[in-house]
Amino acid sequence: MNNDIISPENLVYKKPELMNDTAMHYCAGCSHGVVHKLVAEVIEEMGMQNKTIGVSPVGCAVFAYRYLDIDWQEAPHGRAPAVATGIKRLWPDRLVFTYQGDGDLACIGTCETIHALNRGENIPIIFINNAIYGMTGGQMAPTTLIGQKTATCPYGREPELHGYPLNMTELASHLTGTCFVTRQSVENVASIRKAKAAIRKAFDASMKGLGSSLVEIVSTCNSGWKLSPKQANDWMEEHMFKEYPKGDLKDTTNL
Amino acid sequence: MGKILGAVVINEDRCKGCALCVDACPKDVLALAGRKVNVHGYPYVEAIKADDCIGCASCGIVCPDGCITVYRKKKD
Repeated sequence: MNNDIISPENLVYKKPELMNDTAMHYCAGCSHGVVHKLVAEVIEEMGMQNKTIGVSPVGCAVFAYRYLDIDWQEAPHGRAPAVATGIKRLWPDRLVFTYQGDGDLACIGTCETIHALNRGENIPIIFINNAIYGMTGGQMAPTTLIGQKTATCPYGREPELHGYPLNMTELASHLTGTCFVTRQSVENVASIRKAKAAIRKAFDASMKGLGSSLVEIVSTCNSGWKLSPKQANDWMEEHMFKEYPKGDLKDTTNL
Repeated sequence: MGKILGAVVINEDRCKGCALCVDACPKDVLALAGRKVNVHGYPYVEAIKADDCIGCASCGIVCPDGCITVYRKKKD
């Protein structure tokens, strides 16, 4: 070990200060951890540590308030955009964001999400899409791919029986109230950097009062998919990106 | 030998052994510790070829649990 290298002036990367030392409950290799780090880094870069309120969902990210040392409000299932609307309207100078999974945002909270986005509330919504209900044991979600096997569709999702995958980000891009709608992922260093830039842009747009933004992060759920973390990333690249192609769908922020 | 020297410090008790860093490392510095587990019962990652590290920080960036701190220094 090169012990002379390990000194503060040579530091190039460490866990963000806002992320505390509490061991995270997420499964090994879960994308949530990476996105938590990105959110913490962006808040630190903006200098908003004392002025940020996150709204956490019901789902795997329900305990997000344990891991990031900012103010948090826990919302009832799917209601995070409605709760965030109230907080942001009372405190326009605060950075208020929601952090939701696909079960929370695209199923139970579809109404709140669509209407908050359409009203142009100045809140960024971070949407973790892993095509499955992770916390409850891998059931089918609205975003589950055609043919994908889950606990509640063990023979694969069939359109005749279960309908088609719901593409919330495409929906949101057609709403007048949104200013920035993008889809990113966090499977490698390049895509993590892009995802961080997207989160930064969404947060900046919200503080400038440009409207609502939706940042979808196509993620893995290796436990739910019953794959190793590496295999889950490969599976995501092979299958998820066909249904959920990456890129900016709408950007009227000029940032 | 390269002109840049790097070093990684791994918080072994926070590591869950997902091995995404092992895959991300361009120099194959990291590997899962064989037949060993940490306080939580997870296998964890070790720097088996620490001298090859170039301090690119890929491992730290992909680590979902923020276990890895990376240092880099130009060779004198």
